Amino acid sequence: MSATAAGMLFIASLVLAMVLVHRPFGDYMYRVHTSVRHNVAERVVYRLLGVRADVEQSWGVYARSLLAFSVLSILVVYGIQRLQDKLPLSLGRPPVTDHVAWNTAISFVTNTNWQAYSGESTMGHLTQMAALAVQNFVSAAVGMAVAIALVRGFARRRSGTLGNFWVDLVRSSVRILLPIAFVGALVLVAGGLIQNFSGVHEITTLTGGTQSITGGPVASQEAIKELGTNGGGFYNANSAHPFENATAWTNWLEIFLILVIPFALPRTFGRMVGQVRQGYAIVAVMGIIALASVLLTNAFELGGDATVPRAVGAAAEGKEVRFGVPDSATFAAATTLTSTGATGSAHDSYTPFGGLMTMFNMMLGEVAPGGVGSGLYGMLILAVITVFVAGLMVGRTPEYLGKKIGPREIKLASSYFLVTPALVLTGTAFAMGSAEQRASMLNGGAHGLSEVLYAFTSASNNNGSAFAGLTVNTPWYDVATGLCMVFGRFLPIILVLALAGSLAAQSPVPEGAGTLPTYRPQFVGMVIGVTIILVALTFLPALALGPIAEGLS
Amino acid sequence: MSSPATGRVGGGLLDPGQLVRSLPDALKKLNPATLWRNPVMLIVEVGAVFTTVLAVLDPSFFAWAIVVWLWLTVVFANLAEAVAEGRGKAQAATLRAAKRDTTARRLKSPTATAEEDVVPAPELRPGDYVIVEAGEVIPGDGDVVEGIASVDESAITGESAPVIRESGGDRSAVTGGTKVLSDRIIVRITQKPGESFIDRMIALVEGANRQKTPNEIALNILLAALTIIFLIATVTMQPLAIYSKLVNPGVPDSPALNADGVTGVVLVSLLVCLIPTTIGALLSAIGIAGMDRLVQRNVLAMSGRAVEAAGDVSTLLLDKTGTITLGNREAAAFVPVDGVAEQQLAEAAQLASLADATPEGRSIVVYAKQAYGLRERQPGELAHAEWVPFTAQTRMSGVNLDGRQVRKGAATAVMKWVRDAGGHPTDEVGHLVDGISASGGTPLVVAEQGRVLGVIHLKDVVKAGMRERFDEMRRMGIRTVMITGDNPLTAKAIADEAGVDDFLAEATPEDKLALIRKEQEGGRLVAMTGDGTNDAPALAQSDVGVAMNTGTSAAKEAGNMVDLDSNPTKLIEIVEIGKQLLITRGALTTFSIANDIAKYFAIIPAMFAAVYPGLDALNVMRLTSPQSAILSAVIFNAVVIVALIPLALRGVRYRPSSASKLLSRNLYLYGLGGIIVPFIGIKLIDLLVQFLPGIG
Repeated sequence: MSATAAGMLFIASLVLAMVLVHRPFGDYMYRVHTSVRHNVAERVVYRLLGVRADVEQSWGVYARSLLAFSVLSILVVYGIQRLQDKLPLSLGRPPVTDHVAWNTAISFVTNTNWQAYSGESTMGHLTQMAALAVQNFVSAAVGMAVAIALVRGFARRRSGTLGNFWVDLVRSSVRILLPIAFVGALVLVAGGLIQNFSGVHEITTLTGGTQSITGGPVASQEAIKELGTNGGGFYNANSAHPFENATAWTNWLEIFLILVIPFALPRTFGRMVGQVRQGYAIVAVMGIIALASVLLTNAFELGGDATVPRAVGAAAEGKEVRFGVPDSATFAAATTLTSTGATGSAHDSYTPFGGLMTMFNMMLGEVAPGGVGSGLYGMLILAVITVFVAGLMVGRTPEYLGKKIGPREIKLASSYFLVTPALVLTGTAFAMGSAEQRASMLNGGAHGLSEVLYAFTSASNNNGSAFAGLTVNTPWYDVATGLCMVFGRFLPIILVLALAGSLAAQSPVPEGAGTLPTYRPQFVGMVIGVTIILVALTFLPALALGPIAEGLS
Repeated sequence: MSSPATGRVGGGLLDPGQLVRSLPDALKKLNPATLWRNPVMLIVEVGAVFTTVLAVLDPSFFAWAIVVWLWLTVVFANLAEAVAEGRGKAQAATLRAAKRDTTARRLKSPTATAEEDVVPAPELRPGDYVIVEAGEVIPGDGDVVEGIASVDESAITGESAPVIRESGGDRSAVTGGTKVLSDRIIVRITQKPGESFIDRMIALVEGANRQKTPNEIALNILLAALTIIFLIATVTMQPLAIYSKLVNPGVPDSPALNADGVTGVVLVSLLVCLIPTTIGALLSAIGIAGMDRLVQRNVLAMSGRAVEAAGDVSTLLLDKTGTITLGNREAAAFVPVDGVAEQQLAEAAQLASLADATPEGRSIVVYAKQAYGLRERQPGELAHAEWVPFTAQTRMSGVNLDGRQVRKGAATAVMKWVRDAGGHPTDEVGHLVDGISASGGTPLVVAEQGRVLGVIHLKDVVKAGMRERFDEMRRMGIRTVMITGDNPLTAKAIADEAGVDDFLAEATPEDKLALIRKEQEGGRLVAMTGDGTNDAPALAQSDVGVAMNTGTSAAKEAGNMVDLDSNPTKLIEIVEIGKQLLITRGALTTFSIANDIAKYFAIIPAMFAAVYPGLDALNVMRLTSPQSAILSAVIFNAVVIVALIPLALRGVRYRPSSASKLLSRNLYLYGLGGIIVPFIGIKLIDLLVQFLPGIG
């Protein structure tokens, strides 16, 4: 079997797996988020936190709870890093420097997992587990909570409340993320990943050089790193490191874990609004964009339109031989289509158009299928904007799922849409405008511009992957990307919750022959069109001077 | 001036002369104090000022050409609005003519003999009584409290036939500025000075205090957001451009790009091309034109919000009489009893009805002639006839002729007459009568010489084409409900025949109100028409309440639209106009955004192909030079506004059909069309401008 055929089989098997789990897993998450019963573990947590679990919250209270939780999380993660030398299992490492600790705290709390540090040489085991791995769970749970709150906004009629943030947070963690991550970790261990508390081993290599290899609780962190679309690797090499991603099979499983929640949530959405076909439409939009992107990335990498790749038949530089070019490309597409940002290969070494695809995936706003929760709410915002523009063309004021899209709704939705492009473009402009920051680039010319553009795209969209090449652990980049991450995460969340609040308060308009049907292929096509055209129009000038200029020369 | 019966929404044509006439107004609107209401165009104006300064400092033909076309873009946008307003102004002028200064004969008390003083009309206050005689102009809006008069209302309705206005009942409202043609009436003034119906009409058609509708506000927000995004995209491009120039030393400066980055003129050009200028320019014109299309159909909407709501209506309440049926019952069949020939019954029915001047009686004579070929005989030609005219007391009419006694009338009355004459009506007659009643018709019994001959079947006649209309409504997702005072049986028969979805029988004003509330409870928007004072609460409650101009002031006050023709069928057209307004907005927004793709393909290679020659591959239109590409895009952007003014004023063609079909059609036309048209347009303009000095 040729490499290309194997790569296609790899993709096809992933698609099949997604199709198989979509319905049962989506239904399971629906039951989790609509159940009125609390299990024992949850009741204990509520008592410890002093949460009145049966009290519903308005959007404002929901948002304040979420922000309070996130601020506290940032402080805790920052504190543990700064104090790690005084805490156990530090492996004798010094405290993390202030700007890196700040950047890392924000990075993990915002589900970005941008890493301005090298994991194995900076963090002790306790920091990895108590600070970073915990955030891998709860930051994903926060995203899911927001998505569920927005869906409730669509589903409810004349309601002043959106549910309870603490309940949504705890349930997402306890009933969804923990069990799957647990099983996932076991399977990954079976697949060859390590899971121990060993320290640093000094090893003499075959060539006689020395190498220090750090052991650690890798598999447990790896599972939630992918499942929670986090992406922060235990090791600097991330999922290209054999301890994090041992074989082609673990590679498959990791991609599966990355995609499983984002692709199943639309089913949950369909169930909650009482029309599963609406969920199918949303998942169709995500699936079509994702598949197109994966295939294009594969095509660009296998085509390998550059000097060295032409010699070896494909763009093999920067890719792990044990995965091969196609599976590496598929991993790269999956990790950027979701807000994961784990990397199985060096995106910097991709062909210009392959690299363009990874950037474009993120620029879509992480919606196809996007991060845990954030993918769904981002996609629903795009659906709202599509409904607004195209919905007018059926001769009615626009409505989605029976809710009118009026001035307030469109104000919130279009502000949401403004945030990330504004952050990406201003961040890139500031960096490129300063000779000092440009010095961080590894390459010159259009490729150097791509490195900077990629960094800000990744941070603002809470992806966290790095193009590599750019030296980012300088105070300026730590602060700048940190701001991008924090605003790129929480401004949209606040806007989404406000939108959910205003939708929940409405009483729905019944569907009729004059209503725009939002479940037909026609609508799916429209959302895809609006998504791609809006993103293309926003980023084309920047992309033209980066990857497109490089690719066309 | 009645509306076209087909009701297809068309629109007034745009006279090119109108563009020229509106030019001064368009130039006046360049004032930023007015333009700030339209943020998209304000950005264009700021850009135009900025490039003008740049062109003065560093003049070149290219820079000046861009400056001129940027200014033209703003002027064209203003022109669209001015043209739309101009049409309203013409109408307002006609109205003003009606509002010439009149004097009023004010009475101390509401009797014709009371003392009177003459005051100028503007001094009248609500509650004043005035007397108006033949030839005088009614000085203000009010209700007739005494007398009856024929009034010429052509000043506001355009209808030259006079209408009757009388005290009491639902025909008591009079409008200031209309003229009494005969008799004398006493009117109680109901308006405050300066708030008369005509004043409001003038304000409405002029668009003077035009408020933005919710959907317009929402669309403006989206356009503002897009503008901000493109503003960010263009501004942040500059450091990237400077860097790109820096790392490619040896590339000569071009009019588009030098060491300081993209030149100001080109940067502004790119921004103006990207921001949604097309829809930004036409948005308010679309709104004004929507109101104007209503005015052309003699409907006055009190707010744009009502027009927008009309597009969203999902339940239509239609009065049976006058809207669905012609209003009068007509003979539809002669049903003889056993042993009587139909021809014989028809002849007797005709004879008995000759003295019945009511519409029902006339319809029997007409039916006998049409269906049985019986010539209509004039009462005078039967010399010995003794006529028994129809009265409300006897409830029958007939004739005694050469010993024959023929009667027709209400079943009970005629049966009694038969029995009094010694006859014995059979059970068969009772069955026939009941059968007709059960089918929703009205039975009239015909008898001669103490013997029942048969029964006349009177029916409510449904207007032609109503069923098709209602089928269309259903396809549009609108439920039609017929309101009638008839009993449920009759109501059901007519409802079935007309093809409405539902009916409300024996309806009282309270029932109507309750029905509206129930529909609204379920999230539906309700439209209705009404004219009586007792309709006022329902009119006020409904989302689109169309009051008939012939109705009472209370009704007109409660509704949010007034139909000057008093044609209840027009509700259907109003809904179509509302939909058309929204579709036009959506279509032009889609078109505007889709246009940007081609503009990128023109401008990006023009800016950067010098530093990265590979980017010339994006120049798919093979435009002559960077300057011609940028200028062509800017010219296209401006010209497309003018080209679309007629569409904005006329509205996108609308045919009632399902949402899905409508959407497909409009997506192909304005989405796909919006992507393709500018590629062709820009190329064509490029073929021309390449011959200009310093461009090609």
